[in-house]
Amino acid sequence: MTEETDLEDLRRGTDLVKRGFAKMQKGGVIMDVVNREQARIAEDAGAVAVMHLESVPADIRKRGGVARMADPTKLEEIIEEVSIPVMGKARIGHTAEAQILEAAGADMVDESEVLTQADDRYHIDKREFTAPFVCGARNLAEALRRIDEGAAMIRTKGEAGTGDVNQAVTHQRNIQRSIGKLEGMAYEERDEWAREHGAPRRLVHETADRGRLPVVNFAAGGIATPADAALMMQHGCDGIFVGSGIFGAENPQAMGESVVAAVNNYDDPEQLKEIAKNPGKGMKGQANADLDEEEQLQGRGV
Amino acid sequence: MTLRAGVLAVQGDVSEHGDAIERAATAHDRTAEVVEIREAGLVPDCDVLLLPGGESTTISRLIHREGIAEEIESHVEAGKPVLATCAGLIVSATDAQDDRVDTLNVIDVSVERNAFGRQKDSFEAPLDVTGLDDSFPAVFIRAPVIDYVGEDVEVLATWDDRPVAVRDGPVVGTSFHPELTEDPRIHDLAFFDSVES
Repeated sequence: MTEETDLEDLRRGTDLVKRGFAKMQKGGVIMDVVNREQARIAEDAGAVAVMHLESVPADIRKRGGVARMADPTKLEEIIEEVSIPVMGKARIGHTAEAQILEAAGADMVDESEVLTQADDRYHIDKREFTAPFVCGARNLAEALRRIDEGAAMIRTKGEAGTGDVNQAVTHQRNIQRSIGKLEGMAYEERDEWAREHGAPRRLVHETADRGRLPVVNFAAGGIATPADAALMMQHGCDGIFVGSGIFGAENPQAMGESVVAAVNNYDDPEQLKEIAKNPGKGMKGQANADLDEEEQLQGRGV
Repeated sequence: MTLRAGVLAVQGDVSEHGDAIERAATAHDRTAEVVEIREAGLVPDCDVLLLPGGESTTISRLIHREGIAEEIESHVEAGKPVLATCAGLIVSATDAQDDRVDTLNVIDVSVERNAFGRQKDSFEAPLDVTGLDDSFPAVFIRAPVIDYVGEDVEVLATWDDRPVAVRDGPVVGTSFHPELTEDPRIHDLAFFDSVES
């Protein structure tokens, strides 16, 4: 029956395989971790994946200086520690960092504005990689430019490290509003929209026809509590990244478990009430409105 | 008659399974009513169940937390059909060789998680499957393989001599993701061939 199956016909790193990986993360919580101990806690709390970086965004903000890809030794340690996917962050436009992460075994690369931007003009050509990429976006045109470059997953670009969900909401609303507008447009109007917004035409039409982004869309940036996570799911996100919100909290294990439970029960206020009681104090945070423009990370890489 | 199709929706590629069962039903002149299952109490009213891909550790945690696990076991005991893909297969197995996954014991197999390696080793390939005339476009994503098969389990497909699709009574389990392609034949195999025969 199966002797004929030809092992030579297999293909790796196709769009289907990369986007498929992102789809497997849906309905899940991806947690930022800086070492294997945190990765262990995240997996035990029910994270679908962990995102490794040198320090969480709240600490990057405090510390200042250039933020780079973390030492891959740590990534390898985390891969040994947990069975869930392990992701890593590369600087925007820093192809070499992404290559290193892929070689180290990262299951997905986040081309991230949380790190210092390496290229003022171009993002990484993500189509060249076998590993799938996730990129941030503040609006639909930005999201479609990233998908055109090969991103297999999009996330909002909420202000990382603030614990203020405000900007993630704004970005998600921007994306949803534009998709709604496009759905109501005639073919030539969609063409015009693509030209005006510097968005790839083919993807504009695909998005309009499907009524959603062609890839999975997560919320990220400023999500600090179970209620924040539920809010973003109510806004139509496919899943949640939590950065400083877990390990900046008083009790990371309890906070992690509560955010996971909140994502599964995002539309059930009674359940959410119980979930919101458990996790202990959240991260302190900093309101987005108090940041000067040069302190904001979301403007990196448009 | 409308088919009530429960898609386990605690985590994973839920909407893809919903779309796939609707496509398969249409091909058999049936309609499927998709029920997303994120809490207890919904499974008993379902005719068939789909256990999607995702992270088996997360799915396993949540189905026990929400009290869905026992309901899936009762569904299988009643002889009602199930299709379990990738993480769904892991969660359904007798043994996942990993104490991070508390399995349901509804497919008598032992599975090795992430058996092909990491995401960069994930792949798509044509696969010969028992009962299908032409090869099936199989997508393997951080996929498990089956390395022990119980007596009553039928192996439907192998990759590199290792089982990647099986049938155990009313339950079909695959290492790969038939819901990621538009080809409905695995859903046919799991639901309509058995429902109609």
